[in-house]
Amino acid sequence: MSAILPADASGSASRPEHRKQTSPMSNPPTRRVQAPWADVVFAFVARASAILTLALLAGIIISLVIGAWPAIAKYGLGFLTSTEWDPVQDNYGGLVMIYGTLMTSFIALLIAVPVSFGIAMFLTELSPAWLKRPLGIAIELLAAVPSIVYGMWGLLVFGPILSEYVQQPLQAWTDGVPYLGALFSGPPVGIGILSAGIILAIMVIPFIASVMRDVFEVTPPLLKESAYGLGSTTWEVVSKVVLPYTKTGVVGGIMLGLGRALGETMAVTFVIGNMNQLNSLSVFEAANSITSALANEFAEAGEGLHQASLIYLGLVLFFITFVVLAFSKVLLARLQKSEGARS
Amino acid sequence: MSTSSATLQATRLKRHAARKRINAIALTLSLLAMAFGLVWLIWILVETVRLGVGGLALSTFTEMTPAPEEAGGLANAIFGSLVMVGLATVIGTPVGVMAGIYLAEYGQRGWLGSVTRFINDILLSAPSIVVGLFIYSAVVAQMKSFSAWAGVLALALIVVPVVIRTTENMLALVPNALREAAYALGTPKWRVIGTITLKSARAGVVTGILLAVARISGETAPLLFTALSNQFWTADLGQPMASLPVTIFKFAMSPYENWQKLAWAGVFLITLGVLGLNILARVMFRQR
Repeated sequence: MSAILPADASGSASRPEHRKQTSPMSNPPTRRVQAPWADVVFAFVARASAILTLALLAGIIISLVIGAWPAIAKYGLGFLTSTEWDPVQDNYGGLVMIYGTLMTSFIALLIAVPVSFGIAMFLTELSPAWLKRPLGIAIELLAAVPSIVYGMWGLLVFGPILSEYVQQPLQAWTDGVPYLGALFSGPPVGIGILSAGIILAIMVIPFIASVMRDVFEVTPPLLKESAYGLGSTTWEVVSKVVLPYTKTGVVGGIMLGLGRALGETMAVTFVIGNMNQLNSLSVFEAANSITSALANEFAEAGEGLHQASLIYLGLVLFFITFVVLAFSKVLLARLQKSEGARS
Repeated sequence: MSTSSATLQATRLKRHAARKRINAIALTLSLLAMAFGLVWLIWILVETVRLGVGGLALSTFTEMTPAPEEAGGLANAIFGSLVMVGLATVIGTPVGVMAGIYLAEYGQRGWLGSVTRFINDILLSAPSIVVGLFIYSAVVAQMKSFSAWAGVLALALIVVPVVIRTTENMLALVPNALREAAYALGTPKWRVIGTITLKSARAGVVTGILLAVARISGETAPLLFTALSNQFWTADLGQPMASLPVTIFKFAMSPYENWQKLAWAGVFLITLGVLGLNILARVMFRQR
């Protein structure tokens, strides 16, 4: 049942049908109502809880802006383009972390999107029926593993292997090649932007794959069967019928994964290396991301500009993820609407 | 004439073969992608069990977190995690269930319902470290001290969106005929919801709560600068309190071998707990 999938990936595709059934019953008969106040109180509490959720969002934004205000007032938007991060001189700029966050998420999507597509295609078109459920659950369990487990595994198990079997050969191979050589230069110790990107990819695959599977399954069987009837191969059905039909949903799923990758903290903190540098753009070089800077420095940062700058970074992160997730939501809702109009 | 039709036939066959080849390649890649996904899960689980069981001992559950190079356990961290996760669930669940009831039973139309639904879906995936920042500014900075209460609140804020989402979905699945039958008997709305709809959606709602508990059990980021950590046993919620994830974070990044060993034991316990809750939630939902 979709509702017990990773909670945010679920429901999106299955909601409109239920909503239709649940249409209004807003006026219960009022004859001989026992304890009319109970009804009022109950409705009030329910409404207040919903409003509380909205207040939560407002509270987050307001408290971040207030906390970041000293830094906003001092640096303005120049904060976003300055690479200076110097607690000793008390001078801050966020570009290094913002670059780290965006670059790791980009690498993560580069790996996760094709793999998720393959998984979704396998689960909807290829898998024998009896395997669908266990395999689906296995992929969802991948999403349930706590991020700190990914982090520790990435640092102590995966990092060394990556360094030995991927980084060193890659370096030997691209040594001396312009640009490529620079991209893969640096100490091959298994931590850095690339490792963080790969771990993030593993973490977001389940989210993207389960949204893709859900939207693939809403493709009307009639469309698919017609294509098969004309002699299409499975690949042609998926790439020319299913994918065009569900493309907004697929993009929505990718955006959901991106939102996850941008905000992921622990796994990145473990493997990115936590170094504030942007001199080398090599993907093997240790770097820093917004979340890892927050995790490492915030508790120790003294009140004042250092803390305000960190909160400013948090505000930037919240803004980016908010836009990405809102975009994802709108795209998924649009797919539902067109589906509703058709049926 | 015959030669041209023969060549036509030949090109057709060739195209057919090419299409089949592309299909075979695509299907193989899809199969590999599936295997790729599973390999990570298996690899992570195997390593966690292998290294985690090695670090486990009776002292893990009975002794406090040690100083570097000393013997000890994780008792205070396990206790702290249980207390904070338990309280956060107790605080977050009622709010989430009530808001979910509002969305499913009162606010299907109207701006409040749709705005809340939209915002809730975003909060569901919002970075948890931002929640930590929020609680830091709203609670820790005001009280001038890190405390377990702040950690509880941060975790509760993560519970709410998860519970709202599953409650709403599960209530929406309850057939309308049930509600109408109850109304026809003159039952007030709050009793219809309490005794009819919520009751028939019970398994799903409990599943949602279990998933929320699983989610916060592994959360580290919101605790880092709210509950902080504590090397000693404390049951005072006004003090900083150790938790399993934060202790793992601290120990795993350290160069001390005994700390790393304990961290693996902690990772094993957390993975066991979280995956166990997830599987339990699925089994429960299925048995309905």
